[in-house]
Amino acid sequence: MRQKKAILSGNEAIARGVWEAGVRLASGYPGTPSTEILENVKNYKDIYSEWAPNEKVALEVGIGSSIAGARTLVAMKHVGINVAADPLFTFSYTGVKGGLILVSADDPAMHSSQNEQDNRNYGRFAKIPVIEPSDSQECKDFVATALDLSEQFDTPVMYRTTTRTSHSKSMVTLGERQKQSGKIELEKNMPKYTMLPVSAKRRHPLVEERIVKLKEYAETTPLNRIEYHDTKIGVITNGISYQYVREALPEASVLKLGLTYPLPGNKIKEFAAKVEQLIIVEEGDPFFEEQVKAMGVAVAHGKDLFPFTGEFSVAFIRNQIGGIAIELKDAVADLPGRPPAFCPGCSHRGIFTILKKLKVFVSGDIGCYTLGALPPISAMHSCICMGASISMGHGIAKVVEQSDDLSQKVVSVIGDSTFFHSGMTSLLNSIYNKSNSVAMILDNRTTGMTGGQENPGSGRTLDGEEAISADIPALVKAFGIKNVVKIDPYNLVDIEEKMKAALASDEMVVVVVEAPCVLRYRISHPPLKVDREKCTGCKQCLKVSCNALSLEGQGDDSFVVIDPNMCAGCGICAQVCKFDAIGA
Amino acid sequence: METTNILLAGVGGQGVLLASQIFTSVAIEADLDVKQSEVHGMSQRGGSVTSHVRFGDKVFSPTIDPGEADFLIGFERLETLRNIHCLKPGGTIIYNTMRINPSSVASGVAEYPDDVAEQIAAFGEKTYAIDGLGLGQQAGNPRSANVVMVGAVSSFLSLSEALWEAKIRELLPPKLVDLNLKAFHLGREAVARK
Repeated sequence: MRQKKAILSGNEAIARGVWEAGVRLASGYPGTPSTEILENVKNYKDIYSEWAPNEKVALEVGIGSSIAGARTLVAMKHVGINVAADPLFTFSYTGVKGGLILVSADDPAMHSSQNEQDNRNYGRFAKIPVIEPSDSQECKDFVATALDLSEQFDTPVMYRTTTRTSHSKSMVTLGERQKQSGKIELEKNMPKYTMLPVSAKRRHPLVEERIVKLKEYAETTPLNRIEYHDTKIGVITNGISYQYVREALPEASVLKLGLTYPLPGNKIKEFAAKVEQLIIVEEGDPFFEEQVKAMGVAVAHGKDLFPFTGEFSVAFIRNQIGGIAIELKDAVADLPGRPPAFCPGCSHRGIFTILKKLKVFVSGDIGCYTLGALPPISAMHSCICMGASISMGHGIAKVVEQSDDLSQKVVSVIGDSTFFHSGMTSLLNSIYNKSNSVAMILDNRTTGMTGGQENPGSGRTLDGEEAISADIPALVKAFGIKNVVKIDPYNLVDIEEKMKAALASDEMVVVVVEAPCVLRYRISHPPLKVDREKCTGCKQCLKVSCNALSLEGQGDDSFVVIDPNMCAGCGICAQVCKFDAIGA
Repeated sequence: METTNILLAGVGGQGVLLASQIFTSVAIEADLDVKQSEVHGMSQRGGSVTSHVRFGDKVFSPTIDPGEADFLIGFERLETLRNIHCLKPGGTIIYNTMRINPSSVASGVAEYPDDVAEQIAAFGEKTYAIDGLGLGQQAGNPRSANVVMVGAVSSFLSLSEALWEAKIRELLPPKLVDLNLKAFHLGREAVARK
């Protein structure tokens, strides 16, 4: 029989692998490049899957499922692991019952992230094994191996991908679903699962023993593979870099690491002894290099040739090792950039137009609204991590001297999903500590930037079933905040008046903007038109940064046109026009 | 078979990813090893989008380096020029002449260069400029411009016409199949005439 094959992205392949390996529960929080894992897992009806409001909750749900005996997947982007780090480090002590893999989808080159941390470091830090696939076939196949390993060694396993393995597609030979191995039964085992000092003290030595045993496993597992070719150059590499190395240096011998923590010391020494020059090609930190050097093995090249930052490629590796200087044509210089922008009709456009006009300091957060930092709007002045806007705004407001100067006042801006993720505790802190800051919650009823996922406010679960729709104003009031103001984001006068009043208040004010995402919910009104007689070409409307608008003609004869195929009829441009030139 | 590298470049919302999917599924049907790579995330918001499609006997890297693309398929003229350095010497450029203003141009911060077509032509490679939007309109919907581009490229690849048609039938919703088959053939003919 011909085996079933399909072209899958790494994320789709992980979902398939999870199904084949008998996983029963999957949880996670959306974040590029991890989001499509759960979006695909949900299509396998044998698996219960859900979006959690944040990564810590997702991992804790997963730990519960594992302790009950079920094979479990938890998926998130690299920075999500920071949020989930608290349960992770102690879960390393308790170990599992049903196998658990924790996907960390890293983003070298920061295609869609705020940093490019290398989460292999978490393996060493939390003392858990790290497995890294290098294409979609491995993304699928390594899942079953990782779950076996998790159960055999009583440990959670980190499953690390990078953007290129997550989002590139390659051929996968498919398998069938295994029967679930473990029995689902609650076992009351206080010394294993209740981490009081008395029990944790007994678990920690087991964790250290486990790493020693995993090092032995690393020597023989097929996850780590030596491919001997010419022995002049021997490369140690992992993940997507393996693919680049094989194409760039087909003659080189390669030690491909699939289990990237802990490392197989003997195998590395054996490989190093057989090759003339040992080169380590790893994106991110010198994670292998430092450990290999600590083993007393001579490394000819590593981070001296391959930077800590960004992604590698075939040409780059050829250039760095192969000595083949490739004559590359440069990209054409000075072309106008095409950064992402608020969609035509987006409810964030009017809000940021007024925040810019008021000249306040905007403490931002993570979501589509972070695009408010880009020109020509340029009205977001800080953004660190999920949920930080309100707490940072509170910190700023506590130390900035009280005055009527709006440029010295702060407005925190956060979206609904980010508020549910970790903004709620920030807001509770603000009101508890008598903040007089202003927080805006932009509630568009979806997790927008990652493509419109469900969340506790959207009224649906991951698999589309009806669910609660958390009431943000009621929640805010329950915290004890008296001043809860609603704003119509498509009415600039309303926004400006209410924001001015909020900024003048001595007490904390929370402004709630309720307007569903126009992209996700396909909201559109008839397109607007420009009256050529009235338009003076003053460009005021262009400052709202809408791709449906553009300037035509030269100098005094210039005028604005609206692309009827793009315009969603929201009317923000019409409201900023001083000549009443834009209308239905 | 040597690896064929196709770089597709356009703007979020133009159907670059569907076009990539047609290329990859045709190559799979021809029993070739295939890899495709794109970066999602912020691309939906009107940003630049590129997709890398590679097929041959054995493909390792999922990405195409600068100077390595056999074909540069531009879905918009400025995006074609932005990626022109990715073309292999002697490679072929097939691009849709339509213009979509980037937000920087729309907001008056930057200007859309007047001479994009001239700069592309001056690159000195085999270049085919196609009115993808017009041909899409002729097929019944300007949004089928992406399939017009697929049709244009198909005439350069030694894969049967029937195979392309079969995959378009498979990948598009039934009610859009006829329109897109028309778009495919209009693209194919547009190149043949040049």
